[in-house]
Amino acid sequence: MSPQNSTQDPLWVKALVLSLVAAFLVLVLILPLVSVFAEALRRGIDPALEAIANPDALAAIKLTLLTAAIAVPFNIVFGVCAAWAVAKHDFAGKSLLISLIDLPFSVSPVVAGLIYVLIFGAHGWFGSWLIDHDIRIIFAVPGIILATIFVTFPFVARELIPLMQEQGVDEEEAAVSLGANGLTAFFRVTTPNIRWGLLYGVLLCNARAMGEFGAVSVVSGHIRGLTNTMPLHVEILYNEYDFVGAFSVAALLCLLSILTLVLKGILEVLQPQVGARGH
Amino acid sequence: MTISIRAVEKQFARYPALRGVSLDIEPGELLALLGPSGSGKTTLLRIIAGLEFPEAGQVLFDQRDVTFASAAARQVGFVFQQYALFRHMTVAKNVAFGLDVRKAATKPARAEISRRVDVLLGLVELGGLGGRYPSQLSGGQRQRVALARALAVSPEVLLLDEPFGALDATVRKSLRKELRRIHNATGVTTIFVTHDQEEALDLADRVAILNLGQIEQVGTPAEVYDNPASAFVCGFVGEANRFEGHVENGRFVSGAVSFPATTASGPKLGFVRPHDLTLSVGEEAGFDLHIDRVIAQGPVIQVEAKTTDHRRIDAAFARQDVASLTAGTTIRVTARKAHLFDPVA
Amino acid sequence: MTLSASSKRLSPFRRRSAIPGFGITLGVTISLLSLVVLIPLAAVILKASGLDGPGFMAAGFSPRAMAAYRLSFGAAFAAASVNAVFGALTAWALVRYEFFGKPIVNALVDLPFALPTAVAGIALAALYAPNGWVGQYLAAMGLKAAYTPVGVVIALTFIGLPFVVRTLEPVLRDLSADVEEAAASLGAGRISIIGRVILPALGPAWLTGFALSFARGVGEYGSVIFIAGNMPYKSEIAPLLIVIQLEQFNYQAAAAIAVVMLSASFAMLLVINTVQAWARRLSA
Repeated sequence: MSPQNSTQDPLWVKALVLSLVAAFLVLVLILPLVSVFAEALRRGIDPALEAIANPDALAAIKLTLLTAAIAVPFNIVFGVCAAWAVAKHDFAGKSLLISLIDLPFSVSPVVAGLIYVLIFGAHGWFGSWLIDHDIRIIFAVPGIILATIFVTFPFVARELIPLMQEQGVDEEEAAVSLGANGLTAFFRVTTPNIRWGLLYGVLLCNARAMGEFGAVSVVSGHIRGLTNTMPLHVEILYNEYDFVGAFSVAALLCLLSILTLVLKGILEVLQPQVGARGH
Repeated sequence: MTISIRAVEKQFARYPALRGVSLDIEPGELLALLGPSGSGKTTLLRIIAGLEFPEAGQVLFDQRDVTFASAAARQVGFVFQQYALFRHMTVAKNVAFGLDVRKAATKPARAEISRRVDVLLGLVELGGLGGRYPSQLSGGQRQRVALARALAVSPEVLLLDEPFGALDATVRKSLRKELRRIHNATGVTTIFVTHDQEEALDLADRVAILNLGQIEQVGTPAEVYDNPASAFVCGFVGEANRFEGHVENGRFVSGAVSFPATTASGPKLGFVRPHDLTLSVGEEAGFDLHIDRVIAQGPVIQVEAKTTDHRRIDAAFARQDVASLTAGTTIRVTARKAHLFDPVA
Repeated sequence: MTLSASSKRLSPFRRRSAIPGFGITLGVTISLLSLVVLIPLAAVILKASGLDGPGFMAAGFSPRAMAAYRLSFGAAFAAASVNAVFGALTAWALVRYEFFGKPIVNALVDLPFALPTAVAGIALAALYAPNGWVGQYLAAMGLKAAYTPVGVVIALTFIGLPFVVRTLEPVLRDLSADVEEAAASLGAGRISIIGRVILPALGPAWLTGFALSFARGVGEYGSVIFIAGNMPYKSEIAPLLIVIQLEQFNYQAAAAIAVVMLSASFAMLLVINTVQAWARRLSA
């Protein structure tokens, strides 16, 4: 949009606003991002690569990928089911359900971890039963995955619900009246209309799943090589004053988030209505 | 196929949409469901299609109870008001969809499907546009695609929801003729919903008029126009001047307006169509109209006038009957024909 | 073809729909929601209710907990305020101005959504530490950011920025130039257009963005703990206190603090929903 003359800000206002914004973004966003890479490469590229190739780091990378590989499909199944039920049907209590789906976003990540400790921890509801049966959830991989699922829970659903509501039910009704069953209508008519929105939700869900710290930190137990995800590994290295190591793994996560942002930008061009709601 | 609607009731969150609607549709018939918005006509159409389900009553297809059968099982063709074309599929894919999704056992061969698509696109005069996407078509063309798509599954009944509602006036008129032609060519039982009485009278074999969730009258266009069953039908179908008054000694009287009546005495609602007003001759009883405006439209002269007690009246005269009418003058008229109803309590 | 009049029962909770799959998708939705979110959340409340009144007060509102709440809520409020100002300027610049690098700035605004909080935490700590790129200049001026409550505010500013920008942007974009032109044509000056036309229209979105940024800040953990210093009563945030109680196996105290924070989150959620309903009424 190009502002008209009558409503255009004077040049000095524009310059002032842009300088303030630039200064603010440099201090809050850009310098932190740059500093990660600078700290990682402080002693050259080799120590940075070594830190990433370290067995504990590789184990953390593996665990992070595993966590995302479980949490993201779970999120897709839930999100698609929730969106189908909410956006394509009418029922009592719909808006309550939508609020409940959004709930994990307003819960502190630490509380998200805590609730699973209270249920599955040694002193939790199922603690003694789990110990008797030699099942470990807390301070083990299942707890990490559960906590990750909790914090990423709303991502796909809240992306799809408004999108599918906006698209209405006409096309699905047409498909059904032409003889299609539910799955056919979903895969042949609905999916092509929501694919970019779905991908967008998956992208944000994945970024959060790989980057989650607070919730995972509470349930992980920080066992090196076993229950450390990448963000937890960063914390351990940092607390051991291995700054190059910490920032090297962090730089890897930075690259991941930059990739996320680039893909996100592309999706927003492909389907402008995605991401209409902030996260 | 005969479709029977038996005492169907449908309730939406707050208001009743259909209140005990019964209707029989004959095989091969072209029937219009006519009514103002909120009259329940679209709900009735969607219940026939299996897109809504009634709280009470039955829907029978040839005596089979399909009240709760799914839309997919009913083999109806439905044309949506906004067409609901699959936007990511080409025109040809849209038309083929209903055949494409059939189970392997009943699915025609690919060549057969594409032949059928070509035939249908030819029928709706869209030959050669099969490769386009819906977004590349005009409104009228989209409407034709929707029609072809609905016909592709060889439906036993074709249902259209406000088929011309989203089109401009000229396209609307030509598509109206088109629908009649296609109906005659296919012979499929067809029901369409409209709020436009001209469209209903112009196109349908029979018209069912709905108001507030009930059927007021079912009949041929001539029947509902000439012999309206209720005050609502009389006011909704065709134009009519409406008077509140009463009948006394064989005359209907409403203020300055009066004309002969044959019904029993008592309070009545009187309707007189503009062309049923005639110039009264000699000493014949009638009432005076002050002419405000004269519009000559071909063989008809339309007159906007006021009664002596300042009520607006529309009148229409054949040109050969009235030599010259001028605004500002007063004429004496009487009603050649009137429809009288008991006022609604 | 089966045309039997099957499944005649009609649920009182919904209109039977022509689109299939309602039962199974709603079933999956509610089951997963209950298993993953609702039942676990109920567990924390049950755990805290194991405490009697005074016990809950002692655990949930101990002086140390109160200090932690003050810091978490205060810093979140300060950060949301900073974001309300600079986020609004950023949104204004993104919507109204053309400038070099705009697409990059636009993408970068979402960085806090995409960047793991721990990474943000160590980066900000390194940057604002007394020997860091920015911290050294602050130190030269006698100011200390990292390892003080100021550091907490900086981290929460980073975390909350996109909320304000992304909530304001669509409203600013919808606020068509027409309205301003109309005001200008009626003789309004630039200042009075901003004051009387633009700001009132932005109000609800602004408040929503502020509240979202604030709510996110109150619960934030990862980006804060590296820069906060974590001194009890001074720079210890409430989520950290939960972690500390957990590490000492003091589950009930942890649950009590969690319940206080959950109540605060729900209250804010209520406020946000109310503000948004108000905004919808205004725009309708």
